[in-house]
Amino acid sequence: MKSLILQTATRSLVAVLLLFSIFLLLRGHDEPGGGFIGGLVGAAAFALYAIAFDVPSTRRMLGIRPQMMIAIGLAMAGGAGVISLLAGEPYFGHLWYHTDLPGFGEIHLGTFLLFDIGVFLVVIGVTLLVILTLQEE
Amino acid sequence: MGILVAVLSGFVLAFIAPWLTRWLGDRVGWVIALLPLSITVYLLTYIPDLADGGSVHYSFAWIPALDVDLSFHVDGLGLIFALLISGIGTLIMLYGGGYLHGHHHLGRFYLFILMFMASMLGVVLADNLITFFIFFELTSLTSYLLIGFSHNAEDSRYSARQALLVTGIGGQMLLVGLILMALVGGGWEFSVLTEQADVIQDHALYLPMLILILGGAFTKSAQVPFHFWLPGAMAAPTPVSAYLHSATMVKAGVYLMARVNPTLGGTDIWQFVLIIFGAATMFLGAYLAVQRTDLKQLLAYTTVSSLGTLTLLIGIGTEIALKAAMVFLVVHSLYKGALFMVAGTIDHETGTRDVRILGGLRKLMPLTAVGAGVAALSMAGIPPLFGFIGKELVYEAALDLDTFAIALAVVAVASNVLMVVVAGITGFQPFLGEEKETPKHAHEGPPSLYLGPLVLGVLSLGIGAIPALVDTRLIEPAVGAVAGEPVDVTLYIWHGVNAMLIMSIITVALGAVLYVGRDQVRWATNQTWSLGRIGSEAVYAWLLALLDWVSKTQTKIIQNGYLRFYYLTIVVVLIISALYPLSVYGDIRLAGDLNDVRFYEWGVVVIVILGALMAVRAQSRLAAVAALGTVGYGIATIYILYGAPDLAMTQILVETLTVILFVLVLYRLPQFATLSKKASRVRDAIIAGTGGLLMTVLVLVASNERFYESISQFHAEESYPSAYGRNVVNVILVDFRAIDTFGEIIVLAVAGIGVYALLRLRLWEDRSDQ
Amino acid sequence: METLMAVLVGVLFASGIYLMLRRSIVKLAIGLVLLSQAANLTLFTAAGLTRGSPPLVPEGGDMPPVPFADPLPQALVLTAIVIGFGVLAFTLVLVKRVYQTVGTDDMDEMRSTDGFKD
Repeated sequence: MKSLILQTATRSLVAVLLLFSIFLLLRGHDEPGGGFIGGLVGAAAFALYAIAFDVPSTRRMLGIRPQMMIAIGLAMAGGAGVISLLAGEPYFGHLWYHTDLPGFGEIHLGTFLLFDIGVFLVVIGVTLLVILTLQEE
Repeated sequence: MGILVAVLSGFVLAFIAPWLTRWLGDRVGWVIALLPLSITVYLLTYIPDLADGGSVHYSFAWIPALDVDLSFHVDGLGLIFALLISGIGTLIMLYGGGYLHGHHHLGRFYLFILMFMASMLGVVLADNLITFFIFFELTSLTSYLLIGFSHNAEDSRYSARQALLVTGIGGQMLLVGLILMALVGGGWEFSVLTEQADVIQDHALYLPMLILILGGAFTKSAQVPFHFWLPGAMAAPTPVSAYLHSATMVKAGVYLMARVNPTLGGTDIWQFVLIIFGAATMFLGAYLAVQRTDLKQLLAYTTVSSLGTLTLLIGIGTEIALKAAMVFLVVHSLYKGALFMVAGTIDHETGTRDVRILGGLRKLMPLTAVGAGVAALSMAGIPPLFGFIGKELVYEAALDLDTFAIALAVVAVASNVLMVVVAGITGFQPFLGEEKETPKHAHEGPPSLYLGPLVLGVLSLGIGAIPALVDTRLIEPAVGAVAGEPVDVTLYIWHGVNAMLIMSIITVALGAVLYVGRDQVRWATNQTWSLGRIGSEAVYAWLLALLDWVSKTQTKIIQNGYLRFYYLTIVVVLIISALYPLSVYGDIRLAGDLNDVRFYEWGVVVIVILGALMAVRAQSRLAAVAALGTVGYGIATIYILYGAPDLAMTQILVETLTVILFVLVLYRLPQFATLSKKASRVRDAIIAGTGGLLMTVLVLVASNERFYESISQFHAEESYPSAYGRNVVNVILVDFRAIDTFGEIIVLAVAGIGVYALLRLRLWEDRSDQ
Repeated sequence: METLMAVLVGVLFASGIYLMLRRSIVKLAIGLVLLSQAANLTLFTAAGLTRGSPPLVPEGGDMPPVPFADPLPQALVLTAIVIGFGVLAFTLVLVKRVYQTVGTDDMDEMRSTDGFKD
């Protein structure tokens, strides 16, 4: 299924989709979105690339094995709780850092973000692990 | 703190032991023995603290929410047991290295036996009932591993399982019994419950509690009719038999009875049950022993007999009886541990344990012979050995009973006569007489093999000659702890001429005569009915076969290989079990209200329903996938309409990826085919329809009923103020219920890895025959 | 609206169960999808439906304006959708692998893979 139109469209689409997936991930705490949704969009972007081109070039673009993404994601999500533990909070009792950023207003950073990025990575990792492995069959 | 270290250090060393063994080889025993040795020395420092009936208590919060503390209590009773465990443990650790030298699982042996030692120390020092129970069960578990040490031999596995089942069932009874005792007595510590003895003994639950706790004690300490597992446990390597199945673990049941004696003891029923079972076990064990020709079997049955004696003594419960129990406990551990080690050494050096072909070893193994001789003299109760004092006290205790004293004394003498015979057979016969041809040519073993029997022999002799070494220091606090009040203990080797001495002389004289005619005794006893074959062991085997048969039959019916059948069962059971409560409790308002439905909502729902029906009716794979897509996007629309944008986005993305998935997989699979008969399609349609109807009713009921206030209000109120997030759904996912989400991404990861394994690991291709 | 949704849930469950009872292993997978959709909708509906107001806290406010859709079932369903996808992927690959190994898509012919043998 090597269509020139699809390939040309995919090249620009993938970049947009990936940006969008990170946008969804980061805004998830305040607007619809989050790690699950962002991860699915990201996975869809790579899956599209794999259909338009082939699996080896997708893996090259990814630059990291999906299994590794799952491992890092789980470690980040679980580790977010450990940080709280070390600070004397209950597991997953998130820690916060508040600051004022000129032009953006008040910003709340917390270990929840680490957790959500972990979810994001696991979702991308699992989806791609399944789809890429199947496509290689 | 020290006591916690003493108990737990065994577990730590256990897990290092395999590496140590790889590094040090056979000499590892000498290193490992340092731990029990230092524990022994440490425990000896407690003697002054306990001198006046005092005790030392340590408590560490473990599961505070459940009132479970890791609490330890060092009193006379615990100390005497703990000293036996660590002291004999020291010798066993040494002995094991010599006995199993070159064995490629020596590391595993030390892993198990150190874990056992630590658990056993936990049993005798624990104060909290739950802590006690956990250690008690750990000893059963490690005993199972040790009996099955030679796991490639079928009889080892059978014996291990038998021991685990018998002690395990007892353990379950014990757990319930302990919980009952704690609830009635209002405390979870032995030391607290002792003060509630009156409350507990007058309570209606006293009898069930007593039966359950004694169930645990009797199975563990191999009382008739649960005695049969102990001779079976001789399948274990001999160091294990010497340690677990004579000196320590089997005494855990005796320990338990002694420990609860101040709380539960002293009643008529307690006395009656313990005396009957104890006396029966005492005699039967000795009687069955003389039938045997295998050294270890002989010793195993006499161990059963000794355990019966201890139960009997605790049952009699007078001051003299308890004194006798504590003395006999030490006596027995010293001589039996030694004799077991000797049996192992003989087996190791000659290649046989059959007493009929052993003889004349005294010249070849002089040091072992000395150890064996001293131990056997103590077992036979010859002065000035400690065994003599023990036996005198047992007789005195039997005569101390108000009723049936004479009958009991006769049984005690009879049992002890047989013990004298066994002492001769196991301790003297292999070493005396002419040298005989054995499978291996025997010679003295290394020091690790003869050191144990020698040290224990010296102790038997030393304590026997100078009982003042232990009486006020060790025995007195122990008896005090069992009696629940301070007692005075002074032991003498010479009582003057009295009834006990005459009984002793009769015992030894009769025993000597029977020893000379031991072959005739063996022949004669073997002519009588053999309890091993028609007794409780046969019942055990029959029960096990019954269990096998029931599980095989029901598995044949339930697991028949038809996935549809499994699924059908689940659905039908679900329908029945949901319909019943619905019809009884449910206020079913089936008259639903459709007036509030807007026209575009009708449209969406109708489209989804059509999609589902299309998926059912689809004749091609493509049509089915398209139908699924219709259902999925339709449901996404419903999510949008009802205020769930996150869900809608997720649904749409998953729908898209699902299509990719189906395309990748489905086209490698065959076309749809209609395989089932019309009749089964109708049957399935009826069941599916009923299931669907049930779910409709459930949803109607659920959306009309509200039993509890929704916790969503809390989530909505707290979302911004405490989690700084405006999207409440996301805040729930990453903050309020983050542990749930964490679990869910783990599930996801497992599913992904499962897919990968299925596609990439081609394990089945190695098996070309399939 | 809950009444209509209840009917929809019933239809989805019935279709899912019916398909999973078929002998063709591919139909089993399709039935599984319908069943998980049905389960998600059940959760979503059982908490009560609210039209058009997602549980989002507006700028400057401390709480979503009442009435708002119940956020808890949404969180549950969201993860359920994603896990459902993972399970479906596993099932499909399993189906594929079974077909390759056993050489049939008829479940009745796969009895020997699970049935109890003496």
